[in-house]
Amino acid sequence: MDVNEIIKPENKVYGKSPVLTDTVMHYCPGCSHGTIHKLIAEVIEEMGIQEKTIGISPVGCAVFAYNYLHIDWQQAAHGRAPALATATKRLYPDKYVFTYQGDGDIAAIGTSETIHACNRGENIVVIFVNNAIYGMTGGQMSPLTLEGQVTATTPYGRRTDLNGYPLKITDLVAQLEGTCYVTRQSVQTAGAVRKAKKAVRKAFENSANGKGTSFIEVVSSCNSGWKLTPVAANKWMEENLFPFYPLGDLKDK
Amino acid sequence: MAMKGAIVVDRERCKGCGVCTANCPVQVVALTKEVNSKGYPMAYMAHPEACTGCTNCATVCPDSVITVYRVKV
Repeated sequence: MDVNEIIKPENKVYGKSPVLTDTVMHYCPGCSHGTIHKLIAEVIEEMGIQEKTIGISPVGCAVFAYNYLHIDWQQAAHGRAPALATATKRLYPDKYVFTYQGDGDIAAIGTSETIHACNRGENIVVIFVNNAIYGMTGGQMSPLTLEGQVTATTPYGRRTDLNGYPLKITDLVAQLEGTCYVTRQSVQTAGAVRKAKKAVRKAFENSANGKGTSFIEVVSSCNSGWKLTPVAANKWMEENLFPFYPLGDLKDK
Repeated sequence: MAMKGAIVVDRERCKGCGVCTANCPVQVVALTKEVNSKGYPMAYMAHPEACTGCTNCATVCPDSVITVYRVKV
């Protein structure tokens, strides 16, 4: 069969979600951010909540997320996204409010906001993109950098006697009464993307049902920060990050 | 029932990261030798006859540049 006979509107099975804008993303080739934006857009489209969703964008590479998803956005000061999400959700209780944060944002400067918002059980969704470094500023060590991992600020590898231990913030928030759903996902393969999408959908539904805070960690790659090609970065992530940050649900109540 | 598929790539938006090629179960998707106006190679169907329209390439594409079509044959 000729390709031109297949490429017809009635045969289309997958394409770009209309919730995504036509703006070309500024992310590096192969960056996980683009994939995570896409699956959030697809969940919003499937649930029909485009008019009712408010995103809180962080400081970091994803600061420009408001250029890429056709929803309402607010931009928070560094680390303060859960506090801003708390206010937004309390003022507009019928809206779906989510934060989109990186590991430096959520686990360094924003640790207090993250833990207290989760402990209060605010009906928000926290999407936490963990690439184990500060990607935007040039690949410095973050709280979630692995022991021995080489970064711009730990050129001989992270030393626990000097830099402390990697902070498993997802495991921490799973212990808090306020969280209803805590999970760790990834987006490097098609299967992983589909699982992550289900997790995002469940989190949005929890938020509508007033069950508490849903916290989704997405273990991601930062190929430019790690100085690897996109495909090699995904492989490095599977070999090094997954053993320390194992995928799966940590809490589901 | 067999499936026949095809993809259309938005060539100007493609950044040539190659995540789609690594996720294609039948090695249909490859990167071009030529580059787009930004200097990136682009995804294309190197073996269109083998495509099953599984949507794996489009699902993992960070820039959402791949549209997938599929028919039953």
